[in-house]
Amino acid sequence: MKRVIISVLGKDAVGIIAKVCNHLASQNISIMDISQTIIQGYFNMMMIVDMSGATIKLSKLQENMDAIGEEIGVQIKCQREEIFDKMHRI
Amino acid sequence: MISILEVNETNKMIEQENLDVRTITMGISLLDCADSNIDRCCEKIYNKITTYARDLVKIGDDIAHEFCIPIVNKRISITPIAQVGGSCCKTPDDFVKIAHTLDQAAKVLGVNFLGGYSAVVSKGMTRSDELLIRSIPKALAETDLICSSVNVGSTKTGINMDAVRLMGEIIKETAELTKDRNSIGCAKLVVLCNAPDDNPFMAGAFHGVSEADAIINVGVSGPGVVKYALESIRGASFEVLCETIKRTAFKITRVGQLVAQEASKRLNVPFGIIDLSLAPTPAVGDSVADILHEIGLEHAGAPGTTAALAMLNDQVKKGGVMASSYVGGLSGAFIPVSEDQGMINAVMAGALTIEKLEAMTCVCSVGLDMIAIPGDTKASTISGIIADESAIGMINQKTTAVRIIPVIGKSVGDTVEFGGLLGHAPIMPVNQFDCSNFINRSGRIPAPIHSFKN
Repeated sequence: MKRVIISVLGKDAVGIIAKVCNHLASQNISIMDISQTIIQGYFNMMMIVDMSGATIKLSKLQENMDAIGEEIGVQIKCQREEIFDKMHRI
Repeated sequence: MISILEVNETNKMIEQENLDVRTITMGISLLDCADSNIDRCCEKIYNKITTYARDLVKIGDDIAHEFCIPIVNKRISITPIAQVGGSCCKTPDDFVKIAHTLDQAAKVLGVNFLGGYSAVVSKGMTRSDELLIRSIPKALAETDLICSSVNVGSTKTGINMDAVRLMGEIIKETAELTKDRNSIGCAKLVVLCNAPDDNPFMAGAFHGVSEADAIINVGVSGPGVVKYALESIRGASFEVLCETIKRTAFKITRVGQLVAQEASKRLNVPFGIIDLSLAPTPAVGDSVADILHEIGLEHAGAPGTTAALAMLNDQVKKGGVMASSYVGGLSGAFIPVSEDQGMINAVMAGALTIEKLEAMTCVCSVGLDMIAIPGDTKASTISGIIADESAIGMINQKTTAVRIIPVIGKSVGDTVEFGGLLGHAPIMPVNQFDCSNFINRSGRIPAPIHSFKN
């Protein structure tokens, strides 16, 4: 399984999750978990997705998410899950 | 399952607290490149380096992208060239020819530095060692990416005082040959005692003879992360302080371990070690001196600095060791002056002197590092400083080093700009009393007794 963490940070707006999810669905990337909070007016979301069946590579996903992020005014990062696993789990 | 808080914590470290992987360094053995013909030797060296490290920069960049963690440097370390060029180099200029070959290989590959223009002469010098050492000023003046180091002593062998004396002169000559560029050649030259074979950091990196054909070593960083973590526990007890440093060092090192394993797998080169280091940069907030300030010192250099640094260094190791399967290199906090804005501020404020820095080197990673001194400092005085540092390393069974820059044309009160990660530095005063009668003695200082261990 190729798990990737997508994190979104920025000003709250209508349709952020919809835009991100639509793109993931179109590339056959399945969402395993979503959590979301609003801290001081800032939208903060994290998704764990599985890219094993994805039609694109991580680098392309990052590119596409950068474009979506720019369009809706938020920062979107896509990172392989291992960096968090290694850092926070023994 | 990873939580949103953990994701935020990691990304905050990277984005706001300057967490990065300082270097992926590929060590390459050049022992099989030795040849009696200088041109053939250069060709073999060039081919081996450019073949083995062909994908180093690309893979480093790919990994950085996938994890969104900066990997600041991609470097190469090689077998000390004095051991490779012995049979074909008859003059210092022959060695300079090899330096040009190395520089060309480094540039073609796009790496930041290539280290290993080195000689290990801790007990004695071969003819080849001496030729290489005498070629260093010209080699560093005529190349851009080559780093040079000379190991002049060890706990097992004592200190080679002939080499110490020679290195004082070589440092002066290197400064002179690069005086049009603020004597920058000396920033790429380090004199070591107890040099490790697997150090990924420059300028002292070389691929020792105890190493395999090729290896991946990774140096982590993150003084900013430690500083921010300590800000959140201001005024707490030493127990809390130490635990916080350990936890933070663990997290930083785990990222290094991940990057090292990934690089090793993709480059198909075995993973060597992680160097657990707090390596500062001139960027604001990426400073070891700022950690000392946060621990409770007005400036680095204030009374208590050595104790605070000893504690910091030890906690970094304790946290880091568990986070990595193999630890090596220098491992500890670096205290370069020009590369650490907090250190520069401490010198400017009059809090930090060379003598205090020398005391600090007894308890931390390396030694007198990136210190600019007046250009008219005598070679014998520089040798005296090297001898002092080597003695600390020899007696305490640790690595020590001197990377000191006598900036030609500058004196105390001036500042010098080296640029990039090398930073800028005020010229520091040096003790003016003479040590030439001591330095001019020939031979070596015998190895010290350590309770007759063997």
